[in-house]
Amino acid sequence: MSKHTLSVLVENKPGVLARITALFSRRGFNIDSLAVGTTEHPDISRITIVVNVVDQLPLEQVTKQLNKLVNVLKIVELDPTAAVARELVLVKVRADNETRSQIVEIVQLFRAKTVDVSPEAVTVEATGGADKLEAMLKMLEPFGIKELVQSGTIAIGRGARSITDRSLRALDRSA
Amino acid sequence: MTEQATGSHHPQGRARSTAPAATAERMTGAQALIRSLEAVGADTVFGIPGGAILPAYDPLMDSAKVRHVLVRHEQGAGHAATGYAQATGKVGVCMATSGPGATNLVTPIADAHMDSVPIVAITGQVASKSIGTDAFQEADICGITMPVTKHNFLVTDAAEIPRTIAEAFHIASTGRPGPVLVDIAKDALQNETTFSWPPHQELPGYRPVTKPHAKQIREAARLINEARRPVLYVGGGVIKARATAELRILAELTGAPVTTTLMALGAFPDSHPQHVGMPGMHGDVSAVTALQKADLIVALGARFDDRVTGRLDTFAPLAKVVHADIDPAEISKNRIADVPIVGDAREVLADLIVAVQADHEAGHRGDYTDWWRQLSFWRNTYPLGYDLPADGSLAPQQVIERIGELAPENTLFAAGVGQHQMWAAQFIKYEQPGTWFNSGGAGTMGYAVPAAMGAKAGRPDATVWAIDGDGCFQMTNQELTTCALNNIPIKVAIINNGALGMVRQWQNLFYGERFSNTVLHDGADAVPGSTQGVGSIRNRGTRVPDFVKLAEAMGCVGLRCESPDELDAVIAKANAINDRPVVVDFIVHEDAMVWPMVAAGTSNDEIMAARDVRPDFGDGEDD
Repeated sequence: MSKHTLSVLVENKPGVLARITALFSRRGFNIDSLAVGTTEHPDISRITIVVNVVDQLPLEQVTKQLNKLVNVLKIVELDPTAAVARELVLVKVRADNETRSQIVEIVQLFRAKTVDVSPEAVTVEATGGADKLEAMLKMLEPFGIKELVQSGTIAIGRGARSITDRSLRALDRSA
Repeated sequence: MTEQATGSHHPQGRARSTAPAATAERMTGAQALIRSLEAVGADTVFGIPGGAILPAYDPLMDSAKVRHVLVRHEQGAGHAATGYAQATGKVGVCMATSGPGATNLVTPIADAHMDSVPIVAITGQVASKSIGTDAFQEADICGITMPVTKHNFLVTDAAEIPRTIAEAFHIASTGRPGPVLVDIAKDALQNETTFSWPPHQELPGYRPVTKPHAKQIREAARLINEARRPVLYVGGGVIKARATAELRILAELTGAPVTTTLMALGAFPDSHPQHVGMPGMHGDVSAVTALQKADLIVALGARFDDRVTGRLDTFAPLAKVVHADIDPAEISKNRIADVPIVGDAREVLADLIVAVQADHEAGHRGDYTDWWRQLSFWRNTYPLGYDLPADGSLAPQQVIERIGELAPENTLFAAGVGQHQMWAAQFIKYEQPGTWFNSGGAGTMGYAVPAAMGAKAGRPDATVWAIDGDGCFQMTNQELTTCALNNIPIKVAIINNGALGMVRQWQNLFYGERFSNTVLHDGADAVPGSTQGVGSIRNRGTRVPDFVKLAEAMGCVGLRCESPDELDAVIAKANAINDRPVVVDFIVHEDAMVWPMVAAGTSNDEIMAARDVRPDFGDGEDD
């Protein structure tokens, strides 16, 4: 099994996300994580999909099938060594007067933030790669995790090049 | 691929040439819909009105350009659109109302999707404010058809109707063709809008590649000229791309054998000496074996379907693969291609011809003499054939073969699904493209009658024979009423063996002759699992329904044929009737089986030429 990060530029229209997720399930692929948001262009949305595949061939197949969707403008597989990938977690950790300072120390070590404090809990906000967040959560776990929410991975290639440029030109041509 | 859609390919260009057409007019969304259909060149629509689509039917009544054929079931409308598209090369159109009207279209849409047939389905939807409220006759038809359409649209704004129709026809007919559904909310049909044509199309994510890569073409040509045992594996894409003339040139230029799949019958003349037959589960021994023993497979508009490859990991173990297809996702999906070529079959073939010729001129030419010696041996030793029943009853193969032989020139054939479909593929000789339609990928029983109706509506000049089984016929025969009332005189041959023949064949071979629920004309008093009486004329069931009377009740001529003596006369009589649909009930022997056969899930090496007869491939030898 290997993880691959796909950045999918799509037309910002109703139902497009459903078309993409339905395609993954009917072609037998598991989505590891999914994040959707707008881009610098109001007509383009960007979907970041992390997918687990057994070998390279089915990934090629799913990319080709995605490309056939009329609302899909572009698909780029991001090479982990040439891209920055981030997730966001919000985690509510059990805390009392005794443990609160230890928790805050861990939070600082991971350059995370405490965003809410109450007598029984501290809520921590952290961003980072999957490894870092996993390490932080492991440290926080002994205190008792009351609630955890995590975003899908978003990722962007390093360097000056933009994957949206050409799709924008295509949009402009048709507009 | 269609003339009618070309107008919408370059809307800007057309706007300049027909400037007055671009003047804006006020009208309802429904009127804009009919005007758009006229503008894209749709001349025939198959459908049934209902609540949500009602506004569209009002202006449709006044259209002088669009003929509406009122079918009896929406499934018939869908298959008719498919038959029309396959017979004319244009986009077929069907129309239905919301909810059950729309869901009844799902089967023919899925069928067209599997066989890459360009159709546009227009459905009414409940008013936009009611969407999502479980309103009367509401169904999320866009959601339902998402996996079985090339694309679909939900239109809730009258102003979007012309553009959406133009885009739907463009998507359906270009690239790899396929079905497109346009779901239009009732209020969008009722509201006023400004109509102007041509509309501006917005499909930034839709760019089919048609021009093949020159380097891959050169590599393919090199492999063709280096190969010792090549096969051209031709699929339906060659017919859809209208590339059959180019195919013939390439075939004759190289001298390579040609095999045409179930979807490609007629792409290369059956009578051509280089034609080695149809591959697949019920293909010719020569075609199946040619692929199996090949050292090079050149796949053109074919998709390595499981019915062709048999067990995939044992398919054509020695072959390199050149795979040309308009759909990049087909390449290396099932079988890894050594030379992938994305492009339109016609452009691929045209470029291949030039490249192969250049190689020939440079002195590189494949020598296939030994290969043809082997191919000829298989072809001559294991030709298609059948035994006549010992009891003097009709053999189904004989019926179908004679229909083919006695048919007027340029007859179109549509088949249902099952044994009769395979026999129609095997025993009718196809010399021209676009003369054979069937449900290949989806295997939709009930396809034949409505598809034949659509073909005849699109090609009124041609004789159209539906070769149907008695099981299939009982699924969609009500469209014969449509044919009778609308002057669509098709001919239907019911190959009546009283059973779901193909399923029965599998029960015969793989389920110990336990005929569970496959005998159609037995009633409740049938002895379960009994094989008593099978094959004897005396026990040929109840003959319920009586197909002759049923045909007559629907306004058709009903004929029956029960013995080989009457066969030619009955077929001639059917051929002579052209003012009404004709149904011929051919009572055939129920034990006939389709051979050759590669059992499902087994290797093509295990092909059986007939029951217990495995061809001699000289397996011991090193070939």
